[in-house]
Amino acid sequence: MTTSPLSHELLPAEPPHSPDWPGEEVALVDLLDRLLAGGVVLTGEVTISLAGVDLVHVSLRALVSSVSTLAARR
Amino acid sequence: MTGDLLCYVYAVVDAPAPPLRAGTGVGGAAVETVELGELAAVVSAVDRNRFAPDSLRAELDDLDALEQLARAHHQVVDAVARQTPVAPLRLASILADRSDVVELLRVNRVMFVRALERTRGREEWGVKAYATAVEPPVAAGTGESAGGPGTAYLTRKRHQRDRSRRADHIREEHARRLHEMLTAHAVASTVYPPQHPRLSGCAEPMALNAAYLVGTADAEGLRVAAAEFDSPYLRIELTGPWAPYSFAEVSQP
Repeated sequence: MTTSPLSHELLPAEPPHSPDWPGEEVALVDLLDRLLAGGVVLTGEVTISLAGVDLVHVSLRALVSSVSTLAARR
Repeated sequence: MTGDLLCYVYAVVDAPAPPLRAGTGVGGAAVETVELGELAAVVSAVDRNRFAPDSLRAELDDLDALEQLARAHHQVVDAVARQTPVAPLRLASILADRSDVVELLRVNRVMFVRALERTRGREEWGVKAYATAVEPPVAAGTGESAGGPGTAYLTRKRHQRDRSRRADHIREEHARRLHEMLTAHAVASTVYPPQHPRLSGCAEPMALNAAYLVGTADAEGLRVAAAEFDSPYLRIELTGPWAPYSFAEVSQP
């Protein structure tokens, strides 16, 4: 039995958004997973020696867990 | 004037970068690129008063402020990802000025080139699986007990715990199979910890929180596979396409 891929019912995914759409339809919790634990990290271990430079990386995971009052997000 | 500004770095892309339609950055200034050789960093100027480490840390000790920054950041990276392959940086990656960005690109050239190779022509999809209310069937413990009612009570409790653990085990097994099956459809995959229910707004236990890197042409196959995964114990949610946030670093699990 062969079925065309088009006949499968796909799980709904977050809607594709054009550059004009705001980012609000992205769930914050999914965004925080990626922004706090994903992405290339700039740390002191990356061998950048720049005189007088503050190399900044704010550790935000701890901040999120410390926020005491959380409303349910969509 | 330059002493008042820092340089917020969103991502690295191939140079020469196309003129990027990415709007304004997190601090309200225009999104620009800083190029060195084959690489370009996507940046915007931000005010030192607000974005210096201590100020930022203090400001972001508030979920609304964190959300505002995260969405502004994502708007830039997402827009860029639609126009060119991108290696995203983590939230709040901030350097002193453009010359430091040049140095960043110089020192980490190989890493960024590899990251772009890994993400070129590919996109990320997220899959989350929640436990449904359906309980996996497990054999009830025998009612036999030697000893009095106290022992019977403790035995019953132990059997309940054992059944509950076995049910959890079955559900975890389904989640593991789902992840394995989707990983086989992908170039790479990574797993995040379960989301905090107060952040996600979902009370059901999260059995899987994963991201998959897939060639754009293969995304449909991954979505079909997720839709066809048949388990009464898991409710599956799909998000995407994402810029490849979860696959920018070489050392991803």
